[in-house]
Amino acid sequence: MGLFTHVRWSPYLAGSLIGILSWFTFIFLKKPIGCSTAFARTAGIIGKLFGNKKIDQMEYFKQFEPKVDWEIVFVIGIVIGSFISALLSGDLEIMSVPVTWERYYGGSFILRLIAAAAGGVFLGFGARMAGGCTSGHGISGAMQLTISGWISAIFFFIGGIITAHIIFPGGGIL
Amino acid sequence: MKRKNLVISLISGIIFGFLLHKGGATKYDVIVGQLLFTDNTVIKIMLSAVVTGSVGIYFLKEFKIVKLYPKSGSFGLNSVGGLIFGVGFALLGYCPGTIAGAVGNGYLDAAIGGVAGIMLGSYFYAGLYPKAFKKLSEFGNYGSRTIPELLKVNPWVIIFALVCFTISLFMILEVSGA
Repeated sequence: MGLFTHVRWSPYLAGSLIGILSWFTFIFLKKPIGCSTAFARTAGIIGKLFGNKKIDQMEYFKQFEPKVDWEIVFVIGIVIGSFISALLSGDLEIMSVPVTWERYYGGSFILRLIAAAAGGVFLGFGARMAGGCTSGHGISGAMQLTISGWISAIFFFIGGIITAHIIFPGGGIL
Repeated sequence: MKRKNLVISLISGIIFGFLLHKGGATKYDVIVGQLLFTDNTVIKIMLSAVVTGSVGIYFLKEFKIVKLYPKSGSFGLNSVGGLIFGVGFALLGYCPGTIAGAVGNGYLDAAIGGVAGIMLGSYFYAGLYPKAFKKLSEFGNYGSRTIPELLKVNPWVIIFALVCFTISLFMILEVSGA
């Protein structure tokens, strides 16, 4: 069990095992790994719960029906899996403001929440526009050698690198 | 949806989340560190997964055990959408997969602000879809083609190049201590 109680594994090992995991999702689920569509469907489900009748008429939700599908279950699995790993390795911690953020913007949880929510809006919008996220395009698309996967992944990082350097001038070290 | 598939999805998700945490990718400072070039964990995980996945998937495809599920896209949508995603990637410090891992790790900025933001952003997109994106989707439309199809070469040529590139990059990173 020693391996499971280590907080960190080599990123090469963790990454290769993610690659092997995707062989199995291709074989058994007949699907590549992806995460972002789950958030769109859940947004539709919540909208319907609040009685928004427009949702069923929206073109997007006709194509991606607002109901629980494999991807939502998969994302819930991620929460559980990370929780198990963190728990086994004593790394479970309640943290509200990450270190790099605090170094530049202080320890205000409210400010960090606003930034996280705003970032989430860009992330969700961009993922839908690009048709996938770091998993669906960056890992699954790239391994299938799709043009859409590689172009998207490259632009995820171009946008991310530029923005990170604007938010943290000096490269994260004050 | 079949119960068997839901169980497989859940187990796959648990393994994925477990590996994301073990790799360190559920942490804001690791992800932002990649974007600031102070921590190369994310690129090591991603390229290891892509190379391992690629070799396996194309091998299984040779024996008709799996088929590909290539996403269609266009340069317009993938580049503009990718850049917008990137802004969020840096500001939030997680992506849609790793944020779920961050929630499991106990990170409240992810669980409270980030998840709600992603859903809101997706909802905004759905509200504008498809009219607002028609022009962009036609710009540089390559459909669901793959790189070997575009270049009209055997996929193994591309995979070989990718493996060589990745191993070289990893060696440079290790030698330089990055």
